[in-house]
Amino acid sequence: MTAISDREKLSYIAAQAADARINLELETEGMTLNLGPQHPATHGTLRIIARLDGEQVISADPVMGYMHRGYEKLTEVRTYPQVTALVNRIDWVGSFANEVPFILAAEKLMDVEAPPRAQWIRTVLFELSRVANISLFLGDMALQLGATTPAFFAFRDREHVLNQIEAVTGGRFHPNFDRIGGLKDDLPAGWITETKRAMRKMRQFCNEMEQLVLGNEIFAARSRGIGIIPADIGLSYGLSGANIRASGVDWDTRRDNPCGLVHGELDWKVWTHPDGDSFARFWVRLQEVRESTKMIDQMLDGLPSGPIMAKVPRIIKVPAGEAYVETENPLGVMGYYVISKGELVPYRVKIRSASFSNISIAPWLLKGVYVPDIITILASLYFILGDIDR
Amino acid sequence: MIDATILLGELAYWQQTSLRVVGGLAAVLLIAGTLVYLHLFKLVSFMQSRLGPMEAGPFGSLQLLAEVGKFLQKEDLVPRKADRFVFLAAPFVVLVSTFLLVVVVPWGPDAWFIDSDVGIYLAMAVSSVSVIGILMAGWGSASKYSLLGGLRATGQLIAYELPLILAVIGVVIQAGTMNMQGIVYAQAEGSIFGWAGIGNPYFLTQGVGFLLFMIAMQAELTQTPFDMPIAESELVTGYMTEYSGMRFLLFFIGEFATAGVFSAIAAVLFLGGWYIPGIDPDDNIMNVLGPLVMLTKVVGLTFLVFWFRFTFPRFREDQLQKLAWKVLIPVALANIVVTGILKVAF
Repeated sequence: MTAISDREKLSYIAAQAADARINLELETEGMTLNLGPQHPATHGTLRIIARLDGEQVISADPVMGYMHRGYEKLTEVRTYPQVTALVNRIDWVGSFANEVPFILAAEKLMDVEAPPRAQWIRTVLFELSRVANISLFLGDMALQLGATTPAFFAFRDREHVLNQIEAVTGGRFHPNFDRIGGLKDDLPAGWITETKRAMRKMRQFCNEMEQLVLGNEIFAARSRGIGIIPADIGLSYGLSGANIRASGVDWDTRRDNPCGLVHGELDWKVWTHPDGDSFARFWVRLQEVRESTKMIDQMLDGLPSGPIMAKVPRIIKVPAGEAYVETENPLGVMGYYVISKGELVPYRVKIRSASFSNISIAPWLLKGVYVPDIITILASLYFILGDIDR
Repeated sequence: MIDATILLGELAYWQQTSLRVVGGLAAVLLIAGTLVYLHLFKLVSFMQSRLGPMEAGPFGSLQLLAEVGKFLQKEDLVPRKADRFVFLAAPFVVLVSTFLLVVVVPWGPDAWFIDSDVGIYLAMAVSSVSVIGILMAGWGSASKYSLLGGLRATGQLIAYELPLILAVIGVVIQAGTMNMQGIVYAQAEGSIFGWAGIGNPYFLTQGVGFLLFMIAMQAELTQTPFDMPIAESELVTGYMTEYSGMRFLLFFIGEFATAGVFSAIAAVLFLGGWYIPGIDPDDNIMNVLGPLVMLTKVVGLTFLVFWFRFTFPRFREDQLQKLAWKVLIPVALANIVVTGILKVAF
């Protein structure tokens, strides 16, 4: 991938500065534009208070909390197996991935380990939810930039993945399948060939998106050099996932800290991009979908046999202690800090969700951009409202 | 054989006028309906791997009536702080421009509404009336989204008016007339290097002009990739945000009818209009076949418009202006110069 030149970066900054100067000379009056809470661009209830001068943004503040459902508090009155049904709803597009870090944290406290087959299938489902999640992003970002057809392609092809998730777990969106010590069920017959076919289709979808969206001049013009996040600023805001990898930071929890999942045994690549702009974020995510489909193929080939459930007591009481487990979820790093007092329910759970940190850079990023670029930048940051508000 | 002009001449003034009104309504509404069904419902559905409407009528062909019925039932909302008169009048102003446009288009040797010697000039002039309507809608709605959308639309429509007109000038130079009927005859009676088999449709000699006209037309219609004024992901629907019911329907009809009428003008200017090679253009049968030929060409050209609309993302406002002023207008000017030189040389 060719990096954008400094000249391209500078021309946008120069245009911003020139506009700001004109606004200053003309003594124009500002205007406050509310984007949201009900607005077609935010797939959920995020509100952005944008103070505009003409079409230029002076400041933009995301207001969150319209969808706060209090999961951290609710977990305190749910038994450990019940919690997975709740946390499914945090990032509702890649739900299975939400369950995994919590289960891993509970397993860590109880000192049980899932049998190898369960770990592998868990990782397969984990990656499937990533494919389902990010393929939606690929269509959605194109939609935000005005291209309607890629969005429909994304919905069409995501269905292949959702069908596979449904075949195993019984739920398209909210599987609630992960258990402490293993999984609820084994794979159904014929699932492996079906999934491989679905993965082939997803790779086709990636090629299609590469031609239809990435190869499009207008898409490049709208997204290159827009919303550049330098690596150090991104890290200081706590960005994770594809957002920080698009800024050239080679950091992937799956590779660097594969606790409980089997990514370490697979042959795959962490994709980074030097630019850090909206285009780079799209590009990195597209590569990640492709990499995930390859990973799933590898895992299905090397799936070990054996039980899918370790020996755990029927009534789960987690010994007193504290544990923090984080995994590389579709949206970025997601972690659960679980404190147990040795009872049926957790004493306290802190959820570190990726979107909450990712959106925190928005005020810094949106300063001085134009109204159309707000949409590009927010779409490329890719957040799920449930993941912000929890 | 009955000559249609003589027939018209024998009718009373009110009879002629009502014939023209019925014809104009048919030309606007029929085309709008055809385009909505064929392109917005069906073509796009097949592009996006879905079926589109299938329940109402055979292959959903009556869905359009259902939609119109739905819009007519809806409440006609006016925002409390809206500039009431301006807000209510805006959709009609937009639609007036469409009706004024349709009158200059010839559909056959005698099937025309007005036969003006400055036909294309008139068309270019009245097409700008819609800008006023859009600005009225943007201002009158008392909504920030509408205001931004209205201003964007105005800037865009004015910028793309220029390449549109400049692209037409090439045709006018080559045909030697601004009369729409005259342009059709010029193409029908022309010849390609002495071969007069299919006349001389001007997209062959005015290829650049045709391209410019189609791009500028896409922008004039505010279709994607030039749909910044109604960008639904940022401005909800721009200047149409506050409209509901009947008035929204008027905007909607205006959008599609204008697409049809602009395509009809493009068909006249560049594709030979209603002329069928091999049939004498003055034959009376052309008054029947001509409108069908025109409709086919309109559907073909609008197919391109909607194909682009549903494939591309949208330009940003500044990129859009840059394209108009830095690319299209210089190319159009060069086209005029080259056409003029060739016209004098041959």
